[in-house]
Amino acid sequence: MNLNNDKGSMSTASSSVTVSDQFPAGLRVLVVDDDPTCLRILEKMLGTCLYEVTKCNRAEIALDMLRTNKNGYDIVISDVHMPDMDGFKLLEQVGLEMDLPVIMMSADDSKQVVMKGVTHGACDYLIKPVRIEALKNIWQHVVRKRKNEWKDLEQSGSVEEGDRQPKPSEEADYSSSANEGNWRTSKRRKDEEEEMEERDDTSTLKKPRVVWSVELHQQFVSAVNQLGIDKAVPKKILELMNVPGLTRENVASHLQKYRLYLRRLSGVSPHQGNSFISSHSQEPPYGSLSSLSGLDFQTLAATGQIPAQSLATLQAAGLARSAAKPGLPMPLVDQRNIFSFDNQKLRFGEGQPQHMSSGKQMNLLHGIPTTMDSKQLVNLHHSAQSLGSLNMQASAHGNPSGQSSPLLMQMAQPQSRGQILTETSGGQVPRLPTSVGHPILSNGAAGAMLARNGIGENSRGTGYNSVSQTSSVLNFPLNHSAELPGNSFPLGSTPGISAGMSTLTTKGGFQEEINSDIKGSGGFMPSYDIFNDLQQHKPHNWELQNVGFAFDASQHSNSLQASVDVTPSVLVNQGYSSSPRNVQNSSVSAMGKPIFSVGEGSEHGNALNVGQHLNSLLVDNSTRVKSERVTDTSCQPTLLPQHFGQEDLMSAILKQQQDGLGPAENDFEFDGYSLDNIPV
Amino acid sequence: MERNQQLRRQLASMRQSLFDQGHLDEQFILLEELQDDANPNFVEEVVTLHYRDSARLITTIERALEKSPLDFNKLDGYMHQFKGSSTSIGAKKVKAESTQFREYCEAGNGEGCMKTFQLLKRDYATLRRKLEAYFQLARQAGPNEIACRPK
Repeated sequence: MNLNNDKGSMSTASSSVTVSDQFPAGLRVLVVDDDPTCLRILEKMLGTCLYEVTKCNRAEIALDMLRTNKNGYDIVISDVHMPDMDGFKLLEQVGLEMDLPVIMMSADDSKQVVMKGVTHGACDYLIKPVRIEALKNIWQHVVRKRKNEWKDLEQSGSVEEGDRQPKPSEEADYSSSANEGNWRTSKRRKDEEEEMEERDDTSTLKKPRVVWSVELHQQFVSAVNQLGIDKAVPKKILELMNVPGLTRENVASHLQKYRLYLRRLSGVSPHQGNSFISSHSQEPPYGSLSSLSGLDFQTLAATGQIPAQSLATLQAAGLARSAAKPGLPMPLVDQRNIFSFDNQKLRFGEGQPQHMSSGKQMNLLHGIPTTMDSKQLVNLHHSAQSLGSLNMQASAHGNPSGQSSPLLMQMAQPQSRGQILTETSGGQVPRLPTSVGHPILSNGAAGAMLARNGIGENSRGTGYNSVSQTSSVLNFPLNHSAELPGNSFPLGSTPGISAGMSTLTTKGGFQEEINSDIKGSGGFMPSYDIFNDLQQHKPHNWELQNVGFAFDASQHSNSLQASVDVTPSVLVNQGYSSSPRNVQNSSVSAMGKPIFSVGEGSEHGNALNVGQHLNSLLVDNSTRVKSERVTDTSCQPTLLPQHFGQEDLMSAILKQQQDGLGPAENDFEFDGYSLDNIPV
Repeated sequence: MERNQQLRRQLASMRQSLFDQGHLDEQFILLEELQDDANPNFVEEVVTLHYRDSARLITTIERALEKSPLDFNKLDGYMHQFKGSSTSIGAKKVKAESTQFREYCEAGNGEGCMKTFQLLKRDYATLRRKLEAYFQLARQAGPNEIACRPK
């Protein structure tokens, strides 16, 4: 923040001291707009507000600037319509990589576009021509975000906080050195000014931000993989990573985002190649989640599968999430909410109900009107299917326990939420996959799958990323599957799953994507297709799909249905919204969903089989897939040959989610779900 | 001084007529308010930027209108950009015509598009000419004249 204040009185008084008086002067704004006229006007206006303005007329250049100067900006303002890159895409990227608040602006004030901004995680949306008054208050977004981030850190680290301080443990060392280092740096940059005035809040706003570089993230991912998704707790990850200066909180928060990202992968289109690399904000995931869920729900409701209320609830949760931009806890909450919601319906997991209560978001949902159209539903189904198949595979591989199911379901839910909203907003689906991915991770198997797709997808939920991601995730099943005709998703058998997978494959060619996308998005598209296909065949397929969770419950066709509700919608949305990317997007979400849809599509029995298959497949590496019935592991263990790493990662992440994220995170425990309870 | 006062009066009158004739709206005034000592020619700078950028768009749209069949999506996209830029400087008439053009695009009305575009081009050229004259005079009168210009 520069203290160059030409307001006479101020300058002398504040010359060296606190900037509290001057804040928000000096706020470092990066404004991106391809229109030179607007850009110049904005620059002038922002300058009048005493901000430090940097203008840029190309999104790519803006991203470069942000990447090379990680802590160089406090907030980004971007136009929606730009020739070289869609403003929403930039929004997602920034959210994922830099975790900065982004304000969108456009001459277009139509509801869909504004909604899109919301679901993609924009912290505000300005209608052009922008007035200077609107710009005067943008600093609030910066403060709010910092506050939330700090809270998240505190929450995630709260468990160990006590230990850390008194004991000179490794973590303490890490934290202290990291804190000092990071803190000082950031402090110098802007905290001096803000700190003073926020002294009371202190740490809340000043938390040092760790930049998750590619290398660091790789270390993180390998650590998580090493530990196994279920066992990847921040503490252990930290130890494995052995990065001086890194704190447990940093890892915990990153892990959470990673999980969200994975979850989202399953449902969203992955376009982010490197999105996951840097710190991610929670906003995007939420945005997408909410959007997706909202959409999904509507779709589901539309199909009659989901009670309108549940839909509303889910949507609300999703919307609330995106709107609120909660800190870490949010994602968890969302998940919980979803689960709770589902639980009500499905009676899945004991843990769910408690989530419900905590879900303020759920309340919010009720009021939110969701409008999913059949297309979305189809998408959902498809995605659900893919997810389902994916999940099944995972579970098939490894742990024939109920674990995978709950996880998947979880995944499915968040995804659907995000997807739903996304759809509503106009199809940026991407977000969902990430969110979806998370639940999957929890399951372990799902995690693996998501991991495959491209862990890169941060919770930010860039839809774009998810697309690519999906492909990766779907790879494994896809490899095996033959060409599954779009509409014929044979459920009930491995071939079915494969088919589903193949659909995915054909759609997305994930394989290539996976490899390259680990970091970025997961191509969920396949899932979409699958779901769509299923959808077409069976109107109520979505049920199964929703039951992504049903995955676990594959044993219980009922449960499948229940869980599918969420996921399919999510997946579906994604699939449709981003047509070319659909296939990819669905990857992550597809993972969970396909399984379900598969099961649903044909018949419950089949679904179960499929689910089992998928489960076993999914669980290949992940120990945590708690699929109760992963019995048919035979089916395609080979499908996930390379997913091990990812699966582990996913498991680790999922596990992490359950254990390590802290109290809030623990709410997610899917382990407890017994799909058996899910009513058909 | 006398000369200067005369110039200022002329300038004021020119400016007022632009508003009275509906060529400019409040946005232009907001731009004027942004002008200060640090940027004494801010409004002119912005207007110049606008005309440079929009001239390119006009040509693009013209070319697109010559194609057959008309690609309404593309046309709408170009016009959206053009409209955004015009709005920024407060070009009232041009903005209205841009909106009309977009509506025709949405309706797939090629003829409506073409007619509206002709009107738009005419008003666009008129405003450009007037503003150029205005700024020229303003430069003669001195930057302060513009900055202090009351609403």
